[in-house]
Amino acid sequence: MSVKVMIPTPLRVYAGKRDSAEFSAATVGEALGGLTSQFAELRKHLYTEDGKLRAFVNVYLNDEDIRYLAKENTPTKDGDTISIIPSIAGGAL
Amino acid sequence: MATTTQPQTGAKPATSLSNEEILRYSRHLIMPEVGMEGQLKLKNAKVLLIGTGGLGAPLGLYLAAAGVGRLGLVDFDVVDFTNLQRQVTFGSDDVGKPKTEAARARLANLNPDIQIDTFETKLTSDNALELFKDFDVIVDGTDNFPTRYLVNDACILLGKPNVYGSIFRFEGQATVFGMPDGPCYRCLYPEPPPPGLVPSCAEGGVLGVLPGIVGSIQAMETIKLILGRGENLVGRLLLFDALAMKFRELKLRKNPNCPMCGEHRTINKLIDYYEFCGVRGEEAPGPDVQVPEITPRELKSRLDRGDDLFILDVREPHEFQICNLNGHLIPLGELPRRVHELDSSREIVAHCRSGKRSAEAVDFLRKAGFRKILNLKGGILAWSDEVDPRVPKY
Repeated sequence: MSVKVMIPTPLRVYAGKRDSAEFSAATVGEALGGLTSQFAELRKHLYTEDGKLRAFVNVYLNDEDIRYLAKENTPTKDGDTISIIPSIAGGAL
Repeated sequence: MATTTQPQTGAKPATSLSNEEILRYSRHLIMPEVGMEGQLKLKNAKVLLIGTGGLGAPLGLYLAAAGVGRLGLVDFDVVDFTNLQRQVTFGSDDVGKPKTEAARARLANLNPDIQIDTFETKLTSDNALELFKDFDVIVDGTDNFPTRYLVNDACILLGKPNVYGSIFRFEGQATVFGMPDGPCYRCLYPEPPPPGLVPSCAEGGVLGVLPGIVGSIQAMETIKLILGRGENLVGRLLLFDALAMKFRELKLRKNPNCPMCGEHRTINKLIDYYEFCGVRGEEAPGPDVQVPEITPRELKSRLDRGDDLFILDVREPHEFQICNLNGHLIPLGELPRRVHELDSSREIVAHCRSGKRSAEAVDFLRKAGFRKILNLKGGILAWSDEVDPRVPKY
């Protein structure tokens, strides 16, 4: 299953400035694993030390939050898009 | 026509429009989606804008233009020269003035018929509930995580919609929180990022027109909420990528276990949001990281004396083009990969623009075993202020 992972702007600096990357994966967790293997610096921004996804980072499979699916065990199919949505706060400044 | 700084409580709702108002809003009135009924709703609406900066600019302008009867503006800041790149309510001669004052003058000129209340104050847990209670809709145009959580919580506690917008560089987000069956900010982000992890506009930069677009979207959503027309962004996170010129949408679900708006609320009052966001706590790396420092004047003396110092510049190449201290450029993000370019037997002074990124670099290098490394306090900005004013500030 070839899935595309969209990399949000604040994290692109840790992913060689790329805005997306494709991986072969059967679940969301596998795709994210592929991402953090390729871009090791991303790991600490996405995961805590005990391997949990950080709470200020949301992961979507297509348009659905994985917390409401099967989290990292959510199965993926060909052509799916995984989006990483970190919180941003810029506005008045 | 009234523009005051004290909110008028107990004023009776308007039931008619003057001939002048009918003419002013004619382009609204000739649309069945607005009509006299809709325009009266706008006239009787009370909207509070938190922040009168990049997002607040189009918000204030379009809500005033639309005839929102009462606009509140909350901002404690003064207009800075660097704001003019995007905060289009202000003019060059407003630099140095309180933002609420400059915004009020501009909006009152655009629409003298509306009431504009200004609150030149920092929004805190002590004043938020009192400030919000007289308004119908709260619009979040702030720029930091503690305030975002504060605005959210106050809106949920008071039952007010929170029209949310946020930006970073060339990306934006917009949605509506705080509606009865909809999610709140904590449903989306139960926890804030540690401080220093997500740069502010001053550090990350922002395409000036981006808050213009996102703020206009917020204004549109606010007007639709008041009119009760169209489909709003409740339960929808609108994502905008300006460079790709793409809009995407993600589903925002109400979290049944949300401590604020879920079935079993555990947060019943406003908390210390700075503590919640770790701004007062340890959390490294960040603006509070403690590293050995050298001031620009000290650096200048040592260089003049002929000391053998290695200047490490951790900014980006495009910043180096603006101005530099002839340092060896290794952007912060590349430092782990390029640390072999540094000689740990030499004394190294790391600098960036303002001293934050270089503090992270020094912290990283010390952890990597470098012993003779100092952070230039205040960065190249301080060098310009204290040593060589010919170096441009940016």
